[in-house]
Amino acid sequence: MFGAAGGMSVLHPIPPGTRDVLPDEMRELRRLQAALSDVFAAHGYGEVATPTIEYHEVLARGDERGAPAAYRFFDEDRALLALRSDMTVPIARLVATRLAADQPPFRLCYVASAYRAIRPQRAQMREFIQAGVELVGLPAPEGTAEVIEVLARSLDAVGLRRAVIGLGDADLYRQLMQEIGVDGEARTRILDRLAAHDLVGLEAEVGELALPEAARETLVRLPSLRGGPEALEAAQGIGGEAVERATRRLAATYRSLSSRGVADRVRVDLGLLRDLGYYTGAILEVYDPAIGHTLGGGGRYDELTGRFGRPLPAAGFALYLERVHLAQAEEDRLMSPQSAVRSPRVGRS
Amino acid sequence: MTVGSVAAATTVVDGPLRVAIPLGALFGGTLELLERLGVPAGGVRGGSRSLVFEAGDLVLVTMRPADVPTYVEAGAVQLGITGKDVLAEQRDRVVYELADLRYGSCRMVLAGRRGDPSLGESERRLGSMRVATKYPRTTAEHFERTGRQAEVIEVKGSVELAPLVGLADGIVDLVDTGRTLAQNDLEVREEILRSSARLVANRVAHKLRAPEIDALVARLREATS
Repeated sequence: MFGAAGGMSVLHPIPPGTRDVLPDEMRELRRLQAALSDVFAAHGYGEVATPTIEYHEVLARGDERGAPAAYRFFDEDRALLALRSDMTVPIARLVATRLAADQPPFRLCYVASAYRAIRPQRAQMREFIQAGVELVGLPAPEGTAEVIEVLARSLDAVGLRRAVIGLGDADLYRQLMQEIGVDGEARTRILDRLAAHDLVGLEAEVGELALPEAARETLVRLPSLRGGPEALEAAQGIGGEAVERATRRLAATYRSLSSRGVADRVRVDLGLLRDLGYYTGAILEVYDPAIGHTLGGGGRYDELTGRFGRPLPAAGFALYLERVHLAQAEEDRLMSPQSAVRSPRVGRS
Repeated sequence: MTVGSVAAATTVVDGPLRVAIPLGALFGGTLELLERLGVPAGGVRGGSRSLVFEAGDLVLVTMRPADVPTYVEAGAVQLGITGKDVLAEQRDRVVYELADLRYGSCRMVLAGRRGDPSLGESERRLGSMRVATKYPRTTAEHFERTGRQAEVIEVKGSVELAPLVGLADGIVDLVDTGRTLAQNDLEVREEILRSSARLVANRVAHKLRAPEIDALVARLREATS
């Protein structure tokens, strides 16, 4: 990276996955941030800030695999510190400590940088800004539905009219396997395949299980069920206690979303599996047709604050500010008449 | 053949589904499969210098197999066809692997020179073997998984060359009939994975265009089962 000749270089690089922001972009990012903050405030959410660095032990308590919090270092007392990889765990800590004497529910929001050591590419940086809310102390389905409503209004406010919220259930597949009696290594392998979105591998793994045909069919079909409320009906048709429970939960949330007028934003997706270790029940992902990456996500984490000694039901979401900005820019470009200039030459068959 | 244009590119929801078509070893099998489904893919086969083709209700985009996960992950195409070997090597690309299309079958193997003990000898005496490959990640993972040390040497061209001139003790490469190995006096020592053509989808398209994609997957499964 540095010039080879003599070690001196006119380049002054910044680490991969980080970037500088110049005034034109900054103005737009600030506008975006302000629009989101207004929505959060209008729904009664108060902004908080927490330290960028935390004790690693605290972050690992939230997500025991600790994998997302990859930037670690020691302070002068030789304590292990880490850069936060999201705001949910720090806010769980904050609720259990600073707000210990206060009565829930707590409606908190933030716009803050977080850090993850991933391979940097378009829309995926190692340092990124998240804008989100946490609703702590209100159980499902109303707590979940309120969070989704705020998310839908946020997408409206930043002009992403076509963006869609995927709604799934983090516990469903694990519970289903438990019920069917898949455990041990087979269970791990199947969850790995599912997390890698490898439906071919999933089918192969399931095919090796000594199970009745119907159970195998359920395990293979369920992750592909996605769409409007009809996906819930299709899931109910599959049957089984775990599926029944999950679809009842999702249907209750969906009804609440309908009465809040935001159900048309939501697609049910029984294949969703969030990679963060603290989710329980509902999980969310946000998509915009203009870009191929998710814009954000969230869900319920009813057991997280308990790990800090104050068990409260909770849910939240975070939008990646830079990705929302990118989606805005792409939507603008698609709508502009000049977009035809970029059309490729096409051969006809 | 005429040349026209499609609406500009990066949206996963609008317009016809764009499908990445792999050039190289999977090219023929891919076009054959599409034609069996009634997709008029003949124009892709001709000597056109175009890279993008309208074919019925699909748009076909030709590219090297190793680029398919990149285009699919970014949503520049909604669907793509590439080998399992490519997907294994680019495991950190987030794409949905939807169907095994069952053609382009081959094996990724560890091979050494016929009768030559240097793979085992290097491991015994030097603690590690030198392995040349175009698949450094899959190779490194294989040795890690099997608890052995290896020095993985990435090469871009004919891998068979490496053990012949002493760059490496062995190679990890794809084998179909085994003829190329035999011609270079190499033999299979271990199988690492079985590969075939796979259909992959962008994760956002998989959600937002579910009915179309599911219908196409169903047709492909029927045609390949």
